[in-house]
Amino acid sequence: MIGMSIVKRKPLPPWVMLIIPVAAVFVTLLITAIPILIAGGNVFKAYGALFHGALGSRFNLLETFVKASPLILTGLAVAFAFRAKFWNIGAEGQLFAGAIIASWVGIYFTWLPSFLVLPVMIIFGFLGGGLWATIPAFLKTKLKVDDVVTTLLLNYVILHIMGALLFGPMQMPGSAWPRSASIMDAAFYPMLIARSRFHLGIIISFAAVLVIWFINSKTVFGYQSKGVGINLNAAKFGGINTNMVILKTAIISGGLAGLAGVGEVAAIHHHLMMDVSPGYGYTGIVIAMLGNLHPIGVALAAFFFSVISVGAQTMSRVAGIPIYIVGIIEGVSLMTMLIFILLTEYKIRWTKS
Amino acid sequence: MEGRILEKQPVIEMRGVTKRFVDVIANDKVDLKLFPNEVVALLGENGAGKTTLMNVLFGYYNLDGGEMLINGESVTFNSPKDAINHGIAMIHQHFTLVQTQTVLENVMIGMEGSFFPDYNKAKEKLLAIEKEFGFHLDPDAIVWTLSIGEQQKLEILKALYRGAKILIMDEPTAVLAPTETIELFETLRNLVKKGHSIIFISHHLQEVMDICDRVVVLRTGKRVAEAKVSETTIPELASLMVGRELLERLDRGKSKTGKTILEAKNLKVKNNRGVTAVDDLSFVLKEGEVLGVAGVSGNGQTELSEMLFGELNPEEGEIFISGKRVPGGSPSAVVKEGMARIPEDRIKTGLFMDLSVKENMILESHVNEPISKNGLINMKEIRSFADNCINSFSVKTDGMDIPVKSLSGGNLQKVILARELVGNPKLVVACQPTRGLDVGAMEYVHQAMLDQKSSGSGVLLISDDLDEIFLLSDRIIVMYEGKVMGEVSAEEASRDKIGLWMSGVIS
Amino acid sequence: MMSEIFSVAFITGLIAATLRMSTPIILATLGEIITERSGVLNLGIEGTMLFGAAVGFLTTLATGNLWLGVFAAALAGIALSLIMAVLAVYLGLSQHVSGLGITIFASGLAMFVYRLVVGSPIVPPIITPFTPVAIPLLSRIPILGASFFTQYSLTYITWALIPLVSIFLFKTRAGLRVRTIGQNPFAADTVGVNVNLTRTLCLAAGGAFFGVAGAFLTLAHQNMFLIDVIGGRGWIAIAMTIFGNWNPLMGAVGALIFGFLDAFQLRMQTLGVDLPFHIFLMIPYLITILALISVSRKATVPAGLLKPYRREDK
Repeated sequence: MIGMSIVKRKPLPPWVMLIIPVAAVFVTLLITAIPILIAGGNVFKAYGALFHGALGSRFNLLETFVKASPLILTGLAVAFAFRAKFWNIGAEGQLFAGAIIASWVGIYFTWLPSFLVLPVMIIFGFLGGGLWATIPAFLKTKLKVDDVVTTLLLNYVILHIMGALLFGPMQMPGSAWPRSASIMDAAFYPMLIARSRFHLGIIISFAAVLVIWFINSKTVFGYQSKGVGINLNAAKFGGINTNMVILKTAIISGGLAGLAGVGEVAAIHHHLMMDVSPGYGYTGIVIAMLGNLHPIGVALAAFFFSVISVGAQTMSRVAGIPIYIVGIIEGVSLMTMLIFILLTEYKIRWTKS
Repeated sequence: MEGRILEKQPVIEMRGVTKRFVDVIANDKVDLKLFPNEVVALLGENGAGKTTLMNVLFGYYNLDGGEMLINGESVTFNSPKDAINHGIAMIHQHFTLVQTQTVLENVMIGMEGSFFPDYNKAKEKLLAIEKEFGFHLDPDAIVWTLSIGEQQKLEILKALYRGAKILIMDEPTAVLAPTETIELFETLRNLVKKGHSIIFISHHLQEVMDICDRVVVLRTGKRVAEAKVSETTIPELASLMVGRELLERLDRGKSKTGKTILEAKNLKVKNNRGVTAVDDLSFVLKEGEVLGVAGVSGNGQTELSEMLFGELNPEEGEIFISGKRVPGGSPSAVVKEGMARIPEDRIKTGLFMDLSVKENMILESHVNEPISKNGLINMKEIRSFADNCINSFSVKTDGMDIPVKSLSGGNLQKVILARELVGNPKLVVACQPTRGLDVGAMEYVHQAMLDQKSSGSGVLLISDDLDEIFLLSDRIIVMYEGKVMGEVSAEEASRDKIGLWMSGVIS
Repeated sequence: MMSEIFSVAFITGLIAATLRMSTPIILATLGEIITERSGVLNLGIEGTMLFGAAVGFLTTLATGNLWLGVFAAALAGIALSLIMAVLAVYLGLSQHVSGLGITIFASGLAMFVYRLVVGSPIVPPIITPFTPVAIPLLSRIPILGASFFTQYSLTYITWALIPLVSIFLFKTRAGLRVRTIGQNPFAADTVGVNVNLTRTLCLAAGGAFFGVAGAFLTLAHQNMFLIDVIGGRGWIAIAMTIFGNWNPLMGAVGALIFGFLDAFQLRMQTLGVDLPFHIFLMIPYLITILALISVSRKATVPAGLLKPYRREDK
């Protein structure tokens, strides 16, 4: 019988780390050419359509940024949490929480002076997502309940809260659909570049990358949350208040996901609806892992996914490949990346017995 | 061929065995022979390659060079199963038992027979073996209820159940009380009489002289010597083991005790299973002295140290540092009062293995100025602090930015020493500070403790290594089942008396 | 309304629905218990169930044979779990990350394959699903007859699997090895048990269960394939594994309770109870969270869970 095991290898030079993402993308595209071929498509035509659809024109490129923005935010949310080993599978729910709060402000806070509406909506949306994330964090630290399960179950809970609101008090008068009234004009994210949908939220997501990078590398909190993730026992030994660290991490993580929800309401839909998110919270998980939990990595991974997602629309239209190839590309790119990262530290050894 | 007496053939022969890990050669062309009915000691300090060599013999590791012969036939082991089939069993340092299962289940694993194991038949076989070799373990007892000595006997039973004729014992006495060690040696002698052979890994010279027939000495991966126990002495073995005169030349410095720096009153601490591990324990530590807490591992030392370090909250009792009551359960509180702490398990509790050396150096100081201010860390200050630590304590490292997991055991401990001692603390609490270290590193740690004492600090040394206790302490107390059995000054202490206390005998 | 709740028809319907709706959850939970008992957390359940559902549905669509669909679904589940085995067991990658990766990959693959075969017709294709089988004689008992003894064959098989998995874990040689690996893989390795192979086999078994659980939803419970057909049941199985303290019977009980709450809230809606029906939709999840809180304190997690096993580390 043939067996496989891994053995440590000599450290590789640092430049290898830089080409790994590139290599992973390349290998991914090679592997996903297989389903394209099975679907009867011409690989070059398909990939050509993909890249043109995402990057081939001014509008397309800006659209790619638009799509990348919520992915950057949810990716950062999950990465920041995973770094402290807070397994936040609930970014989707935290996004909903942010969207609900943002709509609430955007529709009903008409008494606010216009210039305050956006800041209030953003801050409250952040807090909404953050607070929703503190529930599983509290359950984890004080009651030792597994965070994978609780964060996930709460996604469904808040989904139904949103449903109750949208079929109830927040439902737009006169409509049979679960949608809210439109938010006021002052709550719209301003469009920043003419003849495109490039909006304020995109800038916010870039800023978030920088802020998280700063927190991670320059603050005491960033050091503590990294330590908590690496070795909880040593962190406690060193006097770190690990419960507070996890709680604070949860607030920031949930808040970032909440900001993604704010963006969907304020920039894309301008009202609240049941499918306010096409699964950004879950995609964020893959993006976080693909980016190796580093803010810059997350930003790049988010952009890559956005390229795939936007481009796949064109690829579907032009080359006839079902849009669901996106999920396959996402999954394969993750696994490829993980294996490559592993190979920088270990060699695979085949044994015969 | 008739009438000729064949030369005794070795049961096991390892010829030129080499084993490599990445760029470290753990075993370098080692030769080893084991004959029937004998106990051979594999002697060497920590890191010499003893366990690795035996793991190769046992089939756990593949060898990179050389060959192995069993009863003259060349063999290749790909897994422990192959070794077991040839009658070789290894009793590891860290027990291979499932604590939540019964004695019977632990013995049976891998040998169950049929798809639906016949537990009754297995129990009968086990009881028969127990009777033959003089064991008294209840097959239905759950493992975590057994004492350490009994668990070790269970490990031996596992081997006998499988028909092992060759037993490899890896540092078996490390976790035993003196009386349990005597029992173990009797068991081993009995086994040898009944036709078994034993390889006894150890770095305890006295024990090797007591139980073994022959000694093979390893040093930095190579076989450097072999001798019959009857033809050698402890000092000779010691110097072979280390390669130089083994006499810890320690500068004992001046000893002058001052005021009380640490006081523990009536401590009662429960461990995470809810069992009382420390029971009404009190002691006083003064500045300028080393108080040794002796005792066999497992008598509450771990829980005592965890309580002192702030990891565990005591049920009852209090501690005072410089007369000030310090609340339990708060590591930051004891750090604030100036306690330097050397934890028992440096990898599990003391270090972030994946982080860099400098990031580990600031574990406790990261909240203070100048390392950080207003929540922001100051990288320049961190580097200068880490630099100071590395130089003051001669940490051998490729710079402060490499992950700490690439450091050797001795250097890991130096990182911890540096972190804790660089600020010249008035109080040092060290728990098993030299566990797993080679002699060179041990000496360094010992000197560091004595230097602290000379500069006026109070040092509490919790250790299961009696040699170390005698070497460093001014006063000694002995822990047994969570209580203090007795207290004596180092001058008046005798090994016998301490040994009795360690076994729970009050005299 | 109260009189309606206690009517025979209502109770019978409720029990029948409970047993029906808990079937896929019980299957998935049993599969995850076997997997976690060997020390591997498989977060790929949801995606594997969806892929099993798709493969099962498509196979039946193509061949007209329901059992062939079930078999194909099991194979599909095994295939995905083997990928998980390579990633998490042999390569030792983080179990959390590998499992999540599998869920995302498998979900995408399921939808892709479905679209490829079926295209985008206006009316989604349907198959003739399993019909409930009435056990002779027993199905005549009032209330119990129409509920317990008139269920899908897959449900009966699932019930039979509960004691079988228990016997496997606690009474067989293989089960002892699995449990030992889950508690102390080193202990198993040193007596010659192949840790990685055993874990892989447990993953594969779990995968088969997940595949069939998914197929149940498209071949029995419904008769078509929709993107949200799994509806989070895969994640519920993970919760039920914890709730049941890694014991097959207790895990099945948990799954039954969830199924009951699910069936109950559906019926409450039709009774016109004056609460927004979304509140009812929430109830199963909230109760699950509360249940987890109550058991988490005494949970006996397999000690070897989440740790990849590598020899050279020792």
